[in-house]
Amino acid sequence: MARELWLIPLLPALSSAVLLLLGSRLSRRWISLQACLAVLASLALSAAALVRLLGAANGAPPLSGTLFTWVASGSLSVPASLTFDPLTAVMSLVVTGVGLLIHVYSAGYMAGDRDYSRYFGLLNLFTFFMLVLVMASSIVLMFVGWEGVGLCSYLLIGFWFEKPAAARAGMKAFIVTRVGDAAFVLGMLTLVAAVGGPEFARINAAAAAGGLAPWLATLAPVLLFAGAAGKSAQVPLYVWLPDAMEGPTPVSALIHAATMVTAGVYMVARLNGLYSASAVAGPLVASVGAVTAVFAASLALVQTDIKKVLAYSTISQLGYMFIGCGVGAYGAGIFHLVTHAFFKGLLFLAAGSVIHALSGEQDIRKMGGLRRRLPRTFPAFFVAALAISGIPFLSGFFSKDAILTSAYEGGHLAVWLLGLLAAVMTAFYIFRLVFLIFFGEERTDAEVRRHIHESPPVMTVPLAVLAVLSALGGLIGLPAVFGERADLLGRFLAPVLKAAEAPPAAVEWNLILVSTTAAAGGLFLAFLFYLRYPGTPARLAARWPFLYRTLIGKYYVDEFYDAVFVRPLVRGSELVYASFDLAVIDGALNGSAAAAQAAGRGASRLQTGRIKDYALAFLLGAVLFLGFILAWKA
Amino acid sequence: MIPAGAFLALAAALFALGVLAFFVKRDLLTQFMAVEVMLNAANLAFLALAKASLKADAQAVVIFVLTVAAAEAVVGMSIILLAFRRRKTIRTDDLSGLKG
Amino acid sequence: MSVPILTCLTFLPLAGGLLLIFLPRDRVREARATALVFSLAALALALVVYARFDGATGAAQFVERAPWLGRGLNYHIGVDGLSLFLVLLTAFLTPVALLSSWRAVTDRVREFSFFMLLLETGVVGVFVSLNLFLFYVFWEAMLIPMYFLIGIWGGRRRVYATTKFVLFTMFGSLLMLVGIFVLYARANPTAAGPSLAFQDLYRLTLPPGVQTWLFLAFALAFAIKVPLFPLHTWLPDAHVEAPTAGSVLLAAVLLKMGAYGFLRLGLPLFPDAARTFLPALSVLAVIGIIYGGLMALVQKDMKSLVAYSSVSHMGLIMLALFALNFESTEGALFQMVNHGLSTGALFLCVGVLYERGHTRLIADYGGVGRRMPVFSAVFLIAMLSSMGLPGLNGFVGEVLCLFGVLAANKVLAALAVTTTVLSAAYLLWLFRRVMHGPALSERVLGLKDMDARERLVLVPVVALMFWLGLFPGTVLRKMDASVARYLELVRTKPAARTVASAAVRPVTPPPQSSGAATIVGSAMAEEGR
Repeated sequence: MARELWLIPLLPALSSAVLLLLGSRLSRRWISLQACLAVLASLALSAAALVRLLGAANGAPPLSGTLFTWVASGSLSVPASLTFDPLTAVMSLVVTGVGLLIHVYSAGYMAGDRDYSRYFGLLNLFTFFMLVLVMASSIVLMFVGWEGVGLCSYLLIGFWFEKPAAARAGMKAFIVTRVGDAAFVLGMLTLVAAVGGPEFARINAAAAAGGLAPWLATLAPVLLFAGAAGKSAQVPLYVWLPDAMEGPTPVSALIHAATMVTAGVYMVARLNGLYSASAVAGPLVASVGAVTAVFAASLALVQTDIKKVLAYSTISQLGYMFIGCGVGAYGAGIFHLVTHAFFKGLLFLAAGSVIHALSGEQDIRKMGGLRRRLPRTFPAFFVAALAISGIPFLSGFFSKDAILTSAYEGGHLAVWLLGLLAAVMTAFYIFRLVFLIFFGEERTDAEVRRHIHESPPVMTVPLAVLAVLSALGGLIGLPAVFGERADLLGRFLAPVLKAAEAPPAAVEWNLILVSTTAAAGGLFLAFLFYLRYPGTPARLAARWPFLYRTLIGKYYVDEFYDAVFVRPLVRGSELVYASFDLAVIDGALNGSAAAAQAAGRGASRLQTGRIKDYALAFLLGAVLFLGFILAWKA
Repeated sequence: MIPAGAFLALAAALFALGVLAFFVKRDLLTQFMAVEVMLNAANLAFLALAKASLKADAQAVVIFVLTVAAAEAVVGMSIILLAFRRRKTIRTDDLSGLKG
Repeated sequence: MSVPILTCLTFLPLAGGLLLIFLPRDRVREARATALVFSLAALALALVVYARFDGATGAAQFVERAPWLGRGLNYHIGVDGLSLFLVLLTAFLTPVALLSSWRAVTDRVREFSFFMLLLETGVVGVFVSLNLFLFYVFWEAMLIPMYFLIGIWGGRRRVYATTKFVLFTMFGSLLMLVGIFVLYARANPTAAGPSLAFQDLYRLTLPPGVQTWLFLAFALAFAIKVPLFPLHTWLPDAHVEAPTAGSVLLAAVLLKMGAYGFLRLGLPLFPDAARTFLPALSVLAVIGIIYGGLMALVQKDMKSLVAYSSVSHMGLIMLALFALNFESTEGALFQMVNHGLSTGALFLCVGVLYERGHTRLIADYGGVGRRMPVFSAVFLIAMLSSMGLPGLNGFVGEVLCLFGVLAANKVLAALAVTTTVLSAAYLLWLFRRVMHGPALSERVLGLKDMDARERLVLVPVVALMFWLGLFPGTVLRKMDASVARYLELVRTKPAARTVASAAVRPVTPPPQSSGAATIVGSAMAEEGR
């Protein structure tokens, strides 16, 4: 299996091409079937590759396949080459696995949409680019996937492009991530030039061996991380993700929760050699992650749009993953990436099911009491909520614990504390959602209430599968206190990502206790605020109006960017266009043209039209000329 | 033997007369004749010098000038004729269509 | 070579144009068909040239020579890796542009087609000339058809635009002409008198002072054509007023003539002077990148938006050219082709929309995407190609350019990389305002999607974007040897340039991306007899 690896991404690409080009001639049933089958085939091939990988001898090189040399010019040579190592295996299984479930779910969710084929074509295209991203063996090829998923994100956020908000959100997402990507490109190319090739293995090896100049060893990971901060919505480039919720909900689940936004985390983990070698990069990544985790969680506390809450929650959870990678626990970061894909994908899909049931209503203040009306959606959402809160023995508990333990063990106390604070907030905001949506009185509009219905099986079955994964997914990465060999994922990833040191059992238990308390505390607080004493939030808001308004206003970051970057740039350009381009440059040109005309007009007065004047001038000229020659001679 | 200087003096006098006539007279036809006088003054000068230097070059030039003058007379006269037909005048002060 | 294939390629369009003159005025359909057939025949010849082109040698191929005016002013043409793809691009885009104006140009079709064909001959002639005087003749000859194309079939301010265009370019070319005189006076006499053949000029040793003045004269002519900031203001006007076909060729090919001039003449002829001025020129190029991008952001007219985006893109190309290393030079050459395709396609798209809506103002549209799905997909791809999205051609060029520039100057590269953000900003914003949102106005509601002819125009362009994005090797491979040869020229002093036979050598691009003149490669080669 070498070149066959290419089948994994190419099957969805082929399907996408068919759907986008011939979509209008295909039946709706065939469209969804083909899209799902393509992803299923990729999933099966990934699984087959995984089996091969597991069967290979220890220390055997990872599977890889080269199709052809893509770009070759001078010292830059980029082969179109894929690698399938443990990290890729995990990522591609998540992408195709969760992706498949979301494809299936979409068949139901988008059933009424007129652009059915465009939707599935883009979803397949996204799967292709995401697989290229995680399978590429070189950073340049990874960047192909990286930009490709960005494009699909743009197109899918703006899927309903006739809605101005959706169109604007798509554009914002693309441009904001491109800001990070610009830095990424610089870092990438500098790095490639320095190590002499674009392969990850080469970069990691060079960095680990200290083969990079000190400035580069520091600068390159920082520049690359700027790209990651854009793609994975970290402070200060997170602003696009909440707006991205304008897209269809399954898209939010797939792209803006489970897969694409985790690309930054994957990139950092993939380049672990580079990040470990720098004394600055790791702490920077961890700090940005920690700050983002708390910052975004605080915003999730007050949002009233169900998807916006989940979006901020995603940003916050991505912060966690970066904490893991930043403190050197890359395996923990990837572990959280996997469990997050399960429970956050589930949360979004369940939220989609709720929105679907309520005829498009997204405001949680107009929900409530849906527990009985949505008997299959509710338990799914509830399991996911428990998982993300970090309630013991569900998936999120183990992965979050792994990250916090590593942070604590690594001596990053501030990061650990911030992580803990975010954990409290996470439990609070997610159960705020649970209580407001599924418990209490029904606040739905009367018209909406008459149409409430549970979603069809094509949507609820993926929910069930994801619920099981959310509940049990954590068992692949049990902490060391459960036994030497309990951490399956960690051991599997060990050839790529060195496992973090396990702390002493006593410390581990204590940490587990602390984080469980935090989760339970948040949950209980939500219970008090939204179920037991429902008036509390309003009272608090009245008590601290400034704080409340700041949170509702999302710290006014969008406004700040608008006032400091966007508007000055546009206004300034307009000004320069009018004052410099038109006035100075063109003015100079038109001015010289006018001067020439004026001079011509002046000179034309000499033309009297009378022969005698001409003859006189002629005579004078001849005399002068003769005189000059004579004087010259003499 | 008449010295070359005398021829040259005569040529200069003729030329000056031509110039004078050109500026004094106001109608195209007379001015044209003045130009012819100047041309012939030049011819005379050429011939005087040819005689003095014993070279044929200048004589060739004279033939050229004569030919050109003949052609010029044809073209010039017809232009004057046309100008008169169109403008009903050959007074050069009135013919100032090229005024800028 | 028995068949003078390059001469045929160059003058076939002209022959077609002359044939058109004998066609009755009202035979519109025949005029179009004739022009198309001749331009397609030229394309076929260009493809033959591509197929038979030997990428292993950097010397000129398909060389033809004939005495013309004597005393070194010979007819002398050929192609090498630097010019091959510009010739191909011209030959490819002319039929595309002709076909695109099927409906847009209904007035004086015969004359229009004549000028288009004349333009093709002029442009191809510039790219294939191997003699400076011939180069200059084509360089100037190409102005004439462009002048009329804008001046007759242009928009409302066409006379202003075309006069401005011609004055700007003439100003530059006249200085170049003076430079050519000086060069001619100093040319090394060969057996047949002083030679203005490029390969003889390359061996000319000029004193530093003369080099400086000559370089400035040539550089000005080329910089106006590129156009380099701040000499760019003719471009938006010319583009806005030109008919679609004119805009396409203007952006796609004519601008490349400036860059090609630097590549073929400005830098290798005056290496010492060039080195002195390169930093300043590079800074201008970077300013152009950012300035063009910012100006594009605030344009209200779609065509002037694309025109300013050209200023920005050409800035990157020039910056890469000035970096003088292997990757940057190949990147610049590749990017020239890319820019020709993507900007050409964008202008074609604007043309498609203009034919229907009769306005190019962005504000007059909105919601077009729902009305014209195919068109919006094509527009999107052209836009993404222009933005340098991986998988499409623009990315490869951009990466190579930036890679090379990084090796030369990190600060400039860091500034140049802003182009990725800026281009995304102005293009996506344009797309949103035109394609997205609800369709409200009468104008938009009445729009019909692209018809078969328009698809036939745009599909080949889009297909090429994909092809070059996925398989850039088809272009890069044929450039390698020529670029190596060119860089060696630029890096060695004329006196040290040796005359060797045009030995065929294996394609081994130099491993060094920058630095000293350590390139292994065939030296100056005496082109075939």
